[in-house]
Amino acid sequence: MTDIIAITKIPSHIPGFDHVADGGLPSGRTTLVCGTAGSAKTILAAQFLAEGIRNAGESGVFVTFEESAADIRLNMRGFGWDIAAWEAEGRWAFVDASPEPSHETVIVGDYDLGALLARIEHAVSRVGAKRLSMDSLGAIFTQFTDSTTVRREMFHIAIALKRLGLTALLTAERTAEYGEIARYGVEEFVADNVIILRNVLEGEQRRRTLEILKFRGTPHHKGEYPFSIINGEGMVVIPLSAIELKQKSSDVRATSGSADLDTMCGGGFFRDSIILVSGATGTGKTLMATEFMAGGANQDERCLLFAFEESREQLFRNARGWGVDFERMEREGKLNVVCAYPESEGLEDHLIRMKRTIVSFAPQRVAVDSLSALERVSVPRGYREFVIGLTSFIKHQEITGMFTATTPNLLGGESVTEAHISTITDTIILLRYVEMYGEMRRGLTVLKMRGSRHDKDIREFTIDARGMHIGKPFREVTGILAGVPRHASGGEIEVIRHLFSNE
Amino acid sequence: MKEYILKLYVTGQTPRAERAIANLRRLCEHEFAGRYEIEVIDVLEHPELAEQERILATPTLVRFLPPPLRRVIGDLSDSDKVLLGLDLSAPPPKADNTGSRQP
Repeated sequence: MTDIIAITKIPSHIPGFDHVADGGLPSGRTTLVCGTAGSAKTILAAQFLAEGIRNAGESGVFVTFEESAADIRLNMRGFGWDIAAWEAEGRWAFVDASPEPSHETVIVGDYDLGALLARIEHAVSRVGAKRLSMDSLGAIFTQFTDSTTVRREMFHIAIALKRLGLTALLTAERTAEYGEIARYGVEEFVADNVIILRNVLEGEQRRRTLEILKFRGTPHHKGEYPFSIINGEGMVVIPLSAIELKQKSSDVRATSGSADLDTMCGGGFFRDSIILVSGATGTGKTLMATEFMAGGANQDERCLLFAFEESREQLFRNARGWGVDFERMEREGKLNVVCAYPESEGLEDHLIRMKRTIVSFAPQRVAVDSLSALERVSVPRGYREFVIGLTSFIKHQEITGMFTATTPNLLGGESVTEAHISTITDTIILLRYVEMYGEMRRGLTVLKMRGSRHDKDIREFTIDARGMHIGKPFREVTGILAGVPRHASGGEIEVIRHLFSNE
Repeated sequence: MKEYILKLYVTGQTPRAERAIANLRRLCEHEFAGRYEIEVIDVLEHPELAEQERILATPTLVRFLPPPLRRVIGDLSDSDKVLLGLDLSAPPPKADNTGSRQP
């Protein structure tokens, strides 16, 4: 073997990880995985072997210094990994080096860890392992207090792993989320590749992230990527900024469900566009989402509605009130309504579940009512990543997506959602209350629509038992979007009109 | 059956292993002449035995008999510490419950 050969990578098959790692883990090398307590190091170490067995037919050896093999077998059952069965099939082997309380040990004089290495080599040859995980380094330093010896011995083991051609993960503790890479100066001998797992408390929310600090001699994506630990699956990495911005765009129009609104939008929304509907509470956002769903179902499209504000019963009742029969649409397989409390899980989990539902239901249109309800379960950064992740995913699937966002103020104002996603949405529709002569009326305008002519008027719209009706533009009123409607006299309007005339 | 059964796990024939074997033999001859049995196990030849006893370090000395199991790690260069570690600091009196096993 020479150094001239380029470093190859083996896919880890951990969902999302290989995207961030630009192909996988450096083959035949050891990668150091550092993290504080509870940062999912053991899960990553075990999943690396589990995915190898399930997806690549590669056997693995798990060297544990901390938890006993029995504990690991039990703890990983929840992710659907039947380690005992793999052991029986000769595809997984433990080297259990966890401390045994019954073993009273006294140290007298010099020693090495020759037996550990012999056991590792024995296990590797017994199952024909390609992958190896060692968890965790800190625990071996607690078992043997002479850290100089342990460091020297771990160095020997690292060399042996290379000689055996194993792709290995070695976990190590960190004392702080941001600071030195790991304790015990282990970077010295496995410094080629370092992954950092974090579990940071931000605004009362736990946020797990994975960062590839370095892969010597081979490319990878930089920065922290959120990940989640999911029951029955294990770790799922969300490769947000690694998503390429190469969506196709389409000239095909999709109906909004309202003939009037289609007219305002120059014939309907574009097929693979994202529409943001923004308005204060009660302005008709859920109605727009409902009509958007109904419009799709009427054309035999499959429609998916994620609801984060109202229960299923409420939504169905509301829809009935507007003359839309959700029940029939669901029976005919054209609609899928998924309701969830924003607080039921973290944003990363919401994103993963939503993506999964989209993939399994394969809809032509998706509505999220409301996206802004998810704002409150995350820090701004996490929310922004969520919105970008969801938007780019929907666009990739060539689905028409409608997001609703609630503005905090009844009159005028903008929401955080708008600030985050207005640039990545293709169409923005504003719904606003308009106070006129002591009466609240509703106004609607298409603020922007990429690639299409659209109506620039602010039009009044009304809601009745048949849904939404868009009427005439508000004339003689200014300041609606600013939240301070003011009546302009006929003369004033004439003056303004003349300002922009060609003559 | 000997009264004391000791197993010494070593990695190959290194100076450290040779040293541990010599130290152990000297100590046993001195303390338990005729009543002990030593088995030296090379973990490179028998990794499965190391696995079975969950040995990590070499040399490791394990006291199999009398129970309970006791372990001492290192080249056994200090006899007093080894005896202490094996919990054999003083030869047992003739009349105790291990008496029946004596030759």
